[in-house]
Amino acid sequence: MGFVLPVVVLSILFAALAAGLLVAERLLVNYGVCTIDINAGEKELEVPGGQHLLSALYSEEIFIPSACGGRGSCSYCKVTVLSGGGPVLPTETPYLSRSEVRNNVRLACQVKVREDLNIRIPEDLLHVQLFSAVVESTRELTHDIKEIRLKLLEPEQISHRPGQYVQVQAPSPEGPVYRAYSISSPVYETDMVQLVVRLVPGGIGSTYLHNLEVGDPVEFTGPFGEFELNEEPDVEIVCVGGGCGMAPMRNIIYTVYDRWPDRTCWLFFGCRTTEDIFYLDDFEELAEKHPNFHVIYALSDQLHPGEEWDGETGFIHLSADKYLEPGVPRQAFLCGPPPMIEAVTEVLKDKGLQDEDIFYDEF
Amino acid sequence: MNATPALVILIAAIVTNNILLANFLGMCSFLACSRQIDTALGLGAAVIFVLTCTTVINHVIYHMVLVPWQMEYLQFIVFIAVIAAFVQFVEMFVERFTPVLYYALGIFLPLITVNCAILGASLFMIIRDYTLAQSAGFGLGAGLGWALAIALMAGIRQKMGYSDVPRPFQGVAIAMVVTGVMAMAFMGFAGMVDIQ
Repeated sequence: MGFVLPVVVLSILFAALAAGLLVAERLLVNYGVCTIDINAGEKELEVPGGQHLLSALYSEEIFIPSACGGRGSCSYCKVTVLSGGGPVLPTETPYLSRSEVRNNVRLACQVKVREDLNIRIPEDLLHVQLFSAVVESTRELTHDIKEIRLKLLEPEQISHRPGQYVQVQAPSPEGPVYRAYSISSPVYETDMVQLVVRLVPGGIGSTYLHNLEVGDPVEFTGPFGEFELNEEPDVEIVCVGGGCGMAPMRNIIYTVYDRWPDRTCWLFFGCRTTEDIFYLDDFEELAEKHPNFHVIYALSDQLHPGEEWDGETGFIHLSADKYLEPGVPRQAFLCGPPPMIEAVTEVLKDKGLQDEDIFYDEF
Repeated sequence: MNATPALVILIAAIVTNNILLANFLGMCSFLACSRQIDTALGLGAAVIFVLTCTTVINHVIYHMVLVPWQMEYLQFIVFIAVIAAFVQFVEMFVERFTPVLYYALGIFLPLITVNCAILGASLFMIIRDYTLAQSAGFGLGAGLGWALAIALMAGIRQKMGYSDVPRPFQGVAIAMVVTGVMAMAFMGFAGMVDIQ
């Protein structure tokens, strides 16, 4: 029976240590209820302290964009914390520029709610909602790009601006992750959201979306994005993109022609080969109805033997340079890989566009 | 019974018997957290606190519980449990009051649990048969000595950022060399007092 006593003594000792820790936790880790003031009194939240700001806002249905799920690696969840956020943490500094630090910008996923907070977030984010939807249809546009239509269930309607995006929740072994996709359906189709998704080998979000079947449930938050369409009918709209950069531009073009049937609009779309072409028939049909809509697709690779192509060839910025007259008031939306954006921006500036007229989405 | 006064033990633990530079205990966090003086001082303060408190608590438990029940063979598991619980407490405390230090120390704060200097001090105190006051002095001294060593090291490493270190020596290699030189310098104190 000699082993009983040591076990009892050890148990008592360990229980005493555990009890001490519990008391310490009660006293030290309890922050009580904290108030979060958003945009100077526009909204006031009461949340239990001790959690991170991002999850506190999520639990109150304020959806700050975040792609990494709060691990502090995507830097999307930037908010301005005016008071109560404490000092900037070493985990945030790699993602904040000096001027952001000066302006109290913080990563919401790293700031802990310890006391009453006073924060500023873009007005738009207060309108972001969590949507549940089902897949209505899917369609292969090219060998790696799929069009996915999502029918909204709860809430049943979405109100967004052209050029905005949603964050789709995709399952992964380490818990759900969020991936951003532009809305390709025009704003007047309020009961559904259409996405154009390119399959990225090994990509969590695109693999998930490509494997969805009709009827599968999908959850996403949105709409996000700061692009604002110029409301002046005399200002021309220029869309330049490649690949799945089509998504926001399709939304912009259909929205524009729903509101201003005579507005001038240019679509420059860069493809490698004829196999990468999609939506061309739809746009040509639209161009027949609206003579001021100009569609230019360009192929950058050599044609395969036996293929015919009567459109443009070469990189897409060359086509933009060729067709656009200088000195016309325009707003441009670019969506594509960084080298393309850079080349097109240069062309557009030559044509007299200012920085604030050029909006781009790099990927 | 060891007759050295507690104050002498305290001084000796800082200089002649520095737990890091004479016994080479607690090297891992010493090398990992000695790039910035602020971080080093923060970790040093945490180690001083944990070392002093755990040495005293372990002394009390050893002599009040384990010895009367002839359970000295349980000392390792009991000491480690006490240290682990205490580090948990320190972690909560640091996170509450100095979140910047909490994130700067990162994983090395909970890793104080397995810092061999902490367990080493508790075991030395048993081997050398210290009284409660002597143990407190030794714990505090060992902590101060460790903090002194890591602060010195951080100072040297910050200066070393401007030196032209040969490529093969960059990083941990030069840190080990510096530690060795520091240890030799501390050997100059040897013979002043002896607490063996």
